[in-house]
Amino acid sequence: MTDASNFSLMPALPEVFLALAGMVLLVAGVFRGNEGTRLICWATVGAFGVAAMFLLGLNWEQQITFGGLFIMDRFAGFMKLLVLIGLMLSMAISVRYLAQERINRFEYPILVLFAGLGMMFMISSNSLLTMYMGLELQSLSLYVLAAFRRDYIKSAEAGIKYFILGALASGMLLFGVSLVYGYTGSVGFTEIAAAVQAGDGPSAGLVIGLVFVLAGLAFKVSAVPFHMWTPDVYEGAPTSVTAFFAIVPKIAAMALLMRLLYGPFGSIIGDWQQIIWFLALASMIVGSFAAIAQTNIKRLMAYSSIGNMGYALIGVASGTVEGAGAVVLYLTIYMFMTAGVFAVILMMRRGGMEVDDIEDLGGLSKNSPLLAYALAILMFSMSGIPPMAGFFGKFFIFQAAIASEMYVLATLGILTSVVAAFYYLRVIKVMFFDDPVDVFDKQIAFSKRAVVLMSVVFVLLFIKYPDGLVQTSLNAASALFAG
Amino acid sequence: MEIALNHYLILAGIVFTLGVFGIFLNRKNVIVILMSIELMLLAVNINFVAFSVYLGDMAGQVFTMFILTVAAAEAAIGLAILVVFFRNKGSIAVEDISMMKG
Repeated sequence: MTDASNFSLMPALPEVFLALAGMVLLVAGVFRGNEGTRLICWATVGAFGVAAMFLLGLNWEQQITFGGLFIMDRFAGFMKLLVLIGLMLSMAISVRYLAQERINRFEYPILVLFAGLGMMFMISSNSLLTMYMGLELQSLSLYVLAAFRRDYIKSAEAGIKYFILGALASGMLLFGVSLVYGYTGSVGFTEIAAAVQAGDGPSAGLVIGLVFVLAGLAFKVSAVPFHMWTPDVYEGAPTSVTAFFAIVPKIAAMALLMRLLYGPFGSIIGDWQQIIWFLALASMIVGSFAAIAQTNIKRLMAYSSIGNMGYALIGVASGTVEGAGAVVLYLTIYMFMTAGVFAVILMMRRGGMEVDDIEDLGGLSKNSPLLAYALAILMFSMSGIPPMAGFFGKFFIFQAAIASEMYVLATLGILTSVVAAFYYLRVIKVMFFDDPVDVFDKQIAFSKRAVVLMSVVFVLLFIKYPDGLVQTSLNAASALFAG
Repeated sequence: MEIALNHYLILAGIVFTLGVFGIFLNRKNVIVILMSIELMLLAVNINFVAFSVYLGDMAGQVFTMFILTVAAAEAAIGLAILVVFFRNKGSIAVEDISMMKG
């Protein structure tokens, strides 16, 4: 299956294109200065679009290239498509914000582009080396983005916190990688899988290595107990960066986690299932209970994303094709919902300043009813109320959990999602039943409206045509179990 | 006494633990945290090179080269963010990184 002599560039065409586009846009930015930011932002969106076209034109059957370092299969294809869509959405809703907050420096879209490139390499990694390089390309760009508003202390603090904890997580991941390398004798996923399967049970060193790697990746998906950075970074970073953090990197990190656990370590599921089980449970509990006391909507979304990653991890823990498919579907739905919610949050401006308290949404239903109804629909979906898409995401996850007899996890998952419904519904209560506060600034940014509309339509119409997406995600996930 | 693989692994383990404790126990200065991060990465490098020689496989040493490169980039970005923080706050004490809590 592994053809080490294959160095074809074709399977990596979207990445090659993005890398070149990044360098061209960087030079363009240097020549045009910060006046060209708007143009470069839209050019970046275009570059993501073209990369997605390249991706759709590729052969999605399994191909391994670069001497076994890079893999392209249905799973990688679908997840990369998802990441590219997320990048386009998060970029489209931030262009106007950058100008409004006077942080429209041309490095912003370039950093987003390189972070996206790192994520695509993470998803397509077939070796611990590719995994590490992709992860670092992504993380280093994200550290800078978190601290992007240089004259604002909270942003600098968010950057420093994210950097220190991120570097710690990378260190742990690397230590684990070195142990895995030492005890299996290779860094390639295919060779590791063979070595793990060959012995009678994994050696202690391998299991310790796996635990360290999981700790590092749990940080990247912000699973409890490695979640400490999330609320602070989400609150301190500029809102457009928060939107980006919430929408895209989680998908890539979760895809990497799945590729790693089902691929090279698929045969020792007994050794990692317990860890993922615990991460899922802790994330759901912290994500739902800690969010209740929040007053800042960005912090609320941070805890919401912690909780949502908990639900996704249930599917990972199940270790079945159905579970993996449910995770892919969950991430898809989560991405579209979050993009819509953050587009609304980015519209929360009053007198030229952004406001980010939940109280600021008071009486939104009287001031701008359309926006209030859109956010209400998205919040209903986030809390998993039946006709919306969010319900189906959770439904398939719990179905997979019950199919693999993880009744405790499924039960507690349903209970915590009831708790979580409280704070989502509180947002709706504030919008519809609290006294109106001042009107938000009139927004003319078409892209934000378009993203909200698309997100609401997706959430509402999913029930009409669920089969296509469900089948596609199952089909994508099944590629992980093929070899 | 001959120096064998396990000696290197123990050394790497000790250096790594020093790095982790340096991050968590340090209450003074962010620069010390950056140094602790470097320590962790160096411990990993010792691990990789030791395993690489022991296994007779070059991949470990190639990996080390990549880690060295990334560590340099990481240190540069860390220091840059630290400078931004210092400009805003006028301090790089760990206890001053506490605007946001809860």
